[in-house]
Amino acid sequence: MTYSIDGRTVAAEPCPGQCLRTFLRESGALGVKKGCDAGDCGACTVWLDGRPVHSCLMPAFRAKGRQVTTVQGLASGNDLHPVQQAFLEAQAFQCGFCAAGMIMTVAALDEDQRADLPRALKGNLCRCTGYRSIADAVHGVAAIEQDVAGAACGASLPNPFSAGIVTGHARYTMDVDAADPALRGLLHLKVLRSPHAHARILRIDTAKALAIPGVVAVFTHEDVPKKLFSTATHEDHLVDPDDTLILDDVARFVGQRIAAVVAETEGAAEAGCRALEVDYEILPAVFDPVDAMAPDAPLLHPGNDGLAGGARGNVFLCLKGEVGSVAEGFAAAAVVHEETYSTSRVQHAHLETHGSIAWRDGEGRIHVRTSTQAPFITHRKLCYLFGIFPHDLHVFTERVGGGFGGKQEMLSEDLCVLATLKLGRPVKWEFTRPEEFLGATSRHQMTTRVKMGATADGTLTALEVHVVSNTGAYGGHGGETLAAALGSPLAAYRCPAKKAEGHAVYTNVIPGGGFRGYGASQTSFAIESALDDLAAKLGIDPFAIRRRNMIRPDDVIQSVWAEPSDVAFGSYGLDQCLDLVEAELASGKGERTPEGDWAEGTGVALAVLEAGPPTEHRSGGEMRLLADGTYHLAVGSTEMGNGSVTAHRQIAAAVLGTRAEAIAIINADTDRAPYDTGTFASTGTVVAGQAVELTARALAAEILAYAARRTNTAPEDWRLAADAVESATQRISLAELCRLAAAEGHGLEAKRKAYLSPRTIGFNVQGVRLAVHRVTGEIRILHSVHAADIGRLINPLQCRGQIEGAVAMGLGWALTEHMVHDAQGNVVNAALRNYHIPAFADTPRTTVLFADTHDTIGPLGAKAQGECAINAVAPAVANALANATGVRFAHLPFTPDRIFDRLGGLESRPL
Amino acid sequence: MDLNTVRQVRSPSSADEVADWPAGHAWLSGGTWLMSEPQPGIDTLVDLNGLNWPALMASDAGLEIAATATIGALADFSAPSDWTAAPLLRACAHALLMSFKVADVATVGGNICMSLPAGAMVSLTVALEATYVLWPRAGAPRTVAAKDFVTGNHANVLAPGELLRAIHVPAASFKRRFALRRASLTKLGRSAALLIGTSGPNGDLLLTITASTPRPVQLRFAVMPDADALQAALAGAIPADGWFDDVNGTPAYKRHLTVHFAEEIRAELAAGRRDA
Ligand code: FES
Ligand code: FES
Repeated sequence: MTYSIDGRTVAAEPCPGQCLRTFLRESGALGVKKGCDAGDCGACTVWLDGRPVHSCLMPAFRAKGRQVTTVQGLASGNDLHPVQQAFLEAQAFQCGFCAAGMIMTVAALDEDQRADLPRALKGNLCRCTGYRSIADAVHGVAAIEQDVAGAACGASLPNPFSAGIVTGHARYTMDVDAADPALRGLLHLKVLRSPHAHARILRIDTAKALAIPGVVAVFTHEDVPKKLFSTATHEDHLVDPDDTLILDDVARFVGQRIAAVVAETEGAAEAGCRALEVDYEILPAVFDPVDAMAPDAPLLHPGNDGLAGGARGNVFLCLKGEVGSVAEGFAAAAVVHEETYSTSRVQHAHLETHGSIAWRDGEGRIHVRTSTQAPFITHRKLCYLFGIFPHDLHVFTERVGGGFGGKQEMLSEDLCVLATLKLGRPVKWEFTRPEEFLGATSRHQMTTRVKMGATADGTLTALEVHVVSNTGAYGGHGGETLAAALGSPLAAYRCPAKKAEGHAVYTNVIPGGGFRGYGASQTSFAIESALDDLAAKLGIDPFAIRRRNMIRPDDVIQSVWAEPSDVAFGSYGLDQCLDLVEAELASGKGERTPEGDWAEGTGVALAVLEAGPPTEHRSGGEMRLLADGTYHLAVGSTEMGNGSVTAHRQIAAAVLGTRAEAIAIINADTDRAPYDTGTFASTGTVVAGQAVELTARALAAEILAYAARRTNTAPEDWRLAADAVESATQRISLAELCRLAAAEGHGLEAKRKAYLSPRTIGFNVQGVRLAVHRVTGEIRILHSVHAADIGRLINPLQCRGQIEGAVAMGLGWALTEHMVHDAQGNVVNAALRNYHIPAFADTPRTTVLFADTHDTIGPLGAKAQGECAINAVAPAVANALANATGVRFAHLPFTPDRIFDRLGGLESRPL
Repeated sequence: MDLNTVRQVRSPSSADEVADWPAGHAWLSGGTWLMSEPQPGIDTLVDLNGLNWPALMASDAGLEIAATATIGALADFSAPSDWTAAPLLRACAHALLMSFKVADVATVGGNICMSLPAGAMVSLTVALEATYVLWPRAGAPRTVAAKDFVTGNHANVLAPGELLRAIHVPAASFKRRFALRRASLTKLGRSAALLIGTSGPNGDLLLTITASTPRPVQLRFAVMPDADALQAALAGAIPADGWFDDVNGTPAYKRHLTVHFAEEIRAELAAGRRDA
């Protein structure tokens, strides 16, 4: 018997316990994706005799003699399947990792199922889009526009890799061809993770593991360089503490890696991990950051002297500041409100897990193909850790299946490089989905005490916050997220006296990391909730109190530090955003209140975003005119579904007066692109985009100057057209110009760098109308409205998509997501079926509106697009809930079981 | 996921071929749970597909559901018109977290043998007063009432290697009126409480509580109780610490839902009786 895969006959025999997904991928059908490996995400959906199945749940042998169709076999010849075409035309993907399974599912739906997408798509998760574009694709709504020369900026152009994404031919990190000669002898790495929250390793006996057939090596803390580092990636490595070893002899959280087993197969590596014998000395653990600050708390990093010196116990960092006098401000207030708000620990759940592949080439150079948001910083960290000369290391990404801050971190690269250096063979390590919950990072859990005073007319007189941030076992991003928490959410309001104090505290839980919104989300939740509470006490409308106090273009942008900052108003559209949301909520659109015992309410919240981090950030671009008259663009930033590649092409095309199609782009590759700090902190547009703009302008000038020189005319006589340079009397095609220049040994090329300063400022306002069932606690979002001031829209469709995705992620944080730890520090819900990210059914359609602004700082008038929208979402939900019920819910998430008993439901009902 | 410890797949054409049951053996039905978690203790899969049990057989006596019938097939079963409770088949299939793609592969028997509190095939068959036919590896087949099968969260009466062969739902159960209530923390999510009430022509009430308790709880009333009697019976049947605690809802919430839904079901079935 044989297997039929996309019409090919395959004679291979699967391993007995192998799932169909792995078998298909081994046979070359790499379009079939692994998102969860447990039946929850649908990324692995294929057809078996025409019926869609999750191939990770299907024993491979059951496909024997049956027809398997993957996304790669869906198109007939060069003609896309109508559903593939519809996904392309609706741009129903961002990172695209879910698209293969989504398309294979949608293409199998009958009419009834298409009419009930919440149910039909409950087995398909998308972390990027918020599902609106997917619904549009199902219903055949096309959204892409024509690529017209000179009109690229502002056009809704498709992702340049769309065809590859919808056909399954786009290559993600783990999509490697087993026959690739560079990967001959590929080994598989697996890690043993700590079962204890805090323990010292006394002994690791590797003998039994090494005796397992196929196990090649075991690495423990004795095998790694004794160099402390931080897994967090920032341009300035000093902002994160050097508190981590590749493998340590102390485990500080359940899930910390203890040892790595490298083997010929994944199965052998897993068996090797199970066979390791580890003796631990269990140490006392502490999970709550307030407990961890007590003088007698167990110390996680006894050597911790913080970044500023001095013994700090478990406090990694304390930040304080005050402008004006809050004491005087509260004294002058007519009303003071004080309350504690807290946010939960959540996981990024990018659909592609972390993973890396490392190998050494014939010349001894090490190559690392990895899923990262920061290949260049990763490159430097690896050079540092292993003493590799920078030239001898190459780090790059293929397509990255989502990041959201989770890949602003070096989590998988180091062990692969270690193993490759020691063994001389290629080594691959792919995180499982549970490992994302156990051993990646999470959003910092923060508890925020807010105190606010205002006069009777609602004018703020004082604003004070105390933040306790749980940075977990390691401090990467702990300081920067704390600084962000004390930054823009306070700067959003004009107030004569502001004070903040924050502590980032080590505890024995999974480390915090970068996560879309980056600390500001947490304090936005607290302050925006508190502002509504204050408004309620004063009897003032939530919109009115915001308008009265929000920052205006003539204000100084200031949080709690008096020093001047480099944040400036490149544009201002917060007023427009509030107006847009207010009008849309008042329009009565959205769903009607359901029948039954529901309470309805509306809520609003705003967020201010500094476009870019306060730390150094830089990016470079390189461009070249090619022989066929098109352009090559290299930029170091990463594309992980944030759309930067699409936007960068459009920026370059706009400057050069050509079509986006005429720009071939490569990115995120330390060999082939100039340095880029990384794609995080909203820098994809404002830094890398700026590098692209500067480079394109320089190239345009170079081309015109060369045309002038060749013709003994002045550069001003010439203009750049789509495929030629033109003067009043002459026209030279770009291909010809390139040929002429090449004949003279002259390349028409340019390179520029961009730095992030000043930083512009963007605005987001979320409005929510919801209903909550008084008995069951179920929350239904009836109307979700988001207005954003992100400057000029380089690609309106993409901007909308980024905001929809951020709103969906914000709703997940508000309503469903929560990493639960037990009393021993184990993660209880380390699977997507127990850690519920929004599915189609959970995600309302959001009306996305844009302020009409043009930024004077960002490239071509644009500001950051992908990050900011999330910050206003959870507080808007909280405020709507308070409006509906009269009860303030101050602790995320609002799952029904955490709110039902305060809704006044059953007591009033006869039983 | 790959079950890398599995060394062989046995494909019997009759269950009798599997007399032995060494440690490491596992029945493979739909495989949708088995393949969804690491199973380091399993080295042999025993494939039930080759047994070719007819999936669904309806007769005057009722419905015989092979353990290997898929949940999707059961949901799509077209029942005789006088089987008033037949919509429960689809409603319970839809109560599961799994997508239709998984339900096409997952089996009724698999869901029952998983014996999770939110296992809606358990809810369904307990509510319909089904009996299960169990085939031990040695000895004669035995039957057990559905309500006695699940003994706790992820625990049941099966002996090692014992096989659930079939589920018999008596026709009389299908001829009752029913009411179902369910809630979950997320839209179309895993049940925090799933309650099914049925009532026959004599106006009795059979109330089945699942998901909110570690194992099904069934309350039988010869005549429709009033609200107080129902709540008293609930309180008597489920102790204060008898509510299931997991990430799909706190015990207090599950209790709250159960109390509320039980009364809604009682009221609905009582009202229907008066209307009739
Ligand atoms: S990988 Fe199969 S469902 Fe997620
Ligand atoms: S596009 Fe759906 S997961 Fe990224």
